[in-house]
Amino acid sequence: MPTAHYDMLRHFADSWGLLYMMAIFLVVVFFLVRPSAKANAMAAARIPLDDEQPMVREEQK
Amino acid sequence: MQNLPWIITLAGGAFFTLVLSGLGQDAAFSAHMGIIAAVLGLGAVVLLRQRGPAPAISSDGAESNGYFDAPIRIGSILTVFWGCVGFLVGVVIALQLAWPELNFGPWFNFGRMRPLHTSAVVFAFGGTALMTTSFYVVQRTSRARLINDSLAWFVFWGYQLFIVMAATGYLLGITESREYAEPEWYTDIWLTIVWVAYLILFLGTIIKRKEPHIYVANWFYLAFIVTIALLHVVNNLSMPVSLLGSKSYSLFSGVQDALTQWWYGHNAVGFFLTAGFLGMMYYFMPKQAERPVYSYRLSIIHFWALIFLYIWAGPHHLHYTALPDWAQTLGMVFSVMLWMPSWGGMINGLMTLRGAWDKMRTDPIMRMMVIAVAFYGMSTFEGPVMSIKSVNGLSHYTDWTIGHVHSGALGWVGMISFAAVYFMVPRLWGRTQLYSPRMVNWHFWLATTGIVVYAAVMWVSGVMQGLMWREYDDQGFLVYSFAETVAALHPYYIARAFGGLLYLAGGLVMAFNVWMTIRGRVRDERPIATATVLQPAE
Repeated sequence: MPTAHYDMLRHFADSWGLLYMMAIFLVVVFFLVRPSAKANAMAAARIPLDDEQPMVREEQK
Repeated sequence: MQNLPWIITLAGGAFFTLVLSGLGQDAAFSAHMGIIAAVLGLGAVVLLRQRGPAPAISSDGAESNGYFDAPIRIGSILTVFWGCVGFLVGVVIALQLAWPELNFGPWFNFGRMRPLHTSAVVFAFGGTALMTTSFYVVQRTSRARLINDSLAWFVFWGYQLFIVMAATGYLLGITESREYAEPEWYTDIWLTIVWVAYLILFLGTIIKRKEPHIYVANWFYLAFIVTIALLHVVNNLSMPVSLLGSKSYSLFSGVQDALTQWWYGHNAVGFFLTAGFLGMMYYFMPKQAERPVYSYRLSIIHFWALIFLYIWAGPHHLHYTALPDWAQTLGMVFSVMLWMPSWGGMINGLMTLRGAWDKMRTDPIMRMMVIAVAFYGMSTFEGPVMSIKSVNGLSHYTDWTIGHVHSGALGWVGMISFAAVYFMVPRLWGRTQLYSPRMVNWHFWLATTGIVVYAAVMWVSGVMQGLMWREYDDQGFLVYSFAETVAALHPYYIARAFGGLLYLAGGLVMAFNVWMTIRGRVRDERPIATATVLQPAE
């Protein structure tokens, strides 16, 4: 019986499991490279460069 | 007396561990608990003797920028301290391998000193660097203060206590014998508590951020924290022989145990020594270069590809063992695929310097970051090659593996941490510059030369060792006995210790430089040449 479980899980992992993981990854990549994501990415890349403003001044605004 | 709850907790902890020490079922457990009681008691006394709001433990409201930087300051100093300790122990065990007379048993035998070295560099130096920089980065990129000052102190000092517990345990001979997971069950439980608190602190700060986007460095730090929690808990599932004893047995046995250990072991490399330090790279490199990362979208793909692939690579540590063949092949294939995100990340880091390559010449901190990323690229190329079964047949169990690990650890992890410390220290203490940029340069060359000597020597000795082990004569007998291969390695072991010594010297130069910077001194020295501006001919 444990062998049957093992075989079942193993075949599930290398078929549907693999497909599921691959699909999520591809969706993430597609979501990132779609043209309208570019502006957001450019803005996000500047986050560390614009953090010289101390936090307190941020709050006073 | 605002530290009163802390003093009561520490004193209570000291009393509790002292009682455990008295009730201990074996001598090592009693001694270990006694040491922990002494450490906790010392902490209570230090706090008691502090007058007024203590600089170390007060909830630093006077901070001009509103961030909670007090633990980051202590963390920067401790990163340097643990680094030098870890490198020193490394040099000592390298010398022990070259001259076995240097084994002073039982406490300072190689067998106990080796985990002391690996844990000191990985968990004490690397872990403190990760924790410190993660506090620094998450606050600044979220524009939010850490959610709770007391929780931050608990996480910080709790982790330092774990380091002391692990290190003293090794020297007492307390070990689970699982590589990079040697601490016994009670130390593991303590780390689990601290780590969950760390996750709450980090995630809570991200949740209350004022910046709408979560910057990629925080994704890497978060992956590091979450995955290490998972790995640590599963790999350390074990049953103590006694609740008052230092010995426990793993829940798994045989090949399952081996696979669990190397699923943990390789992901410790992937998520502790890679993901966390990539978080450092994605914050400090753009800061130092004063320009955004080359491609933000590539950095996100780097993140997801790394997360999806790394978790499968562990079985490559168990080639040609009782592990099923398909699992070995799976580990190998995923390791080879990892080459792509790793190099994508390396190129992304290096190309951040686009249009500013002159900084390589004029800015020693930038030079350190570039060599770190270069070593990241090199060791993530070498790793997949070594995971291929036929290559592994030669390289496994030899010094080649040791060389590979050190090119990654000294080159990538060490260098990027040094650069982060050099970046943070002047800012944290409000200094306009480091004590000496030229000494950063000395550090750079000492460390780089040390790594090159170390890695080159280990390649030669490792390949030689592998070839000697597999050498048959025409009768089908092995040509060399094991002791003969050990004797042949002697000159390489001396050379390796020399490489390590250079790296340690670089660490000491850094310690001096950081200390003088904190004291507010500036060294009288010739400034490093800035870019020459070409004049048009007249």
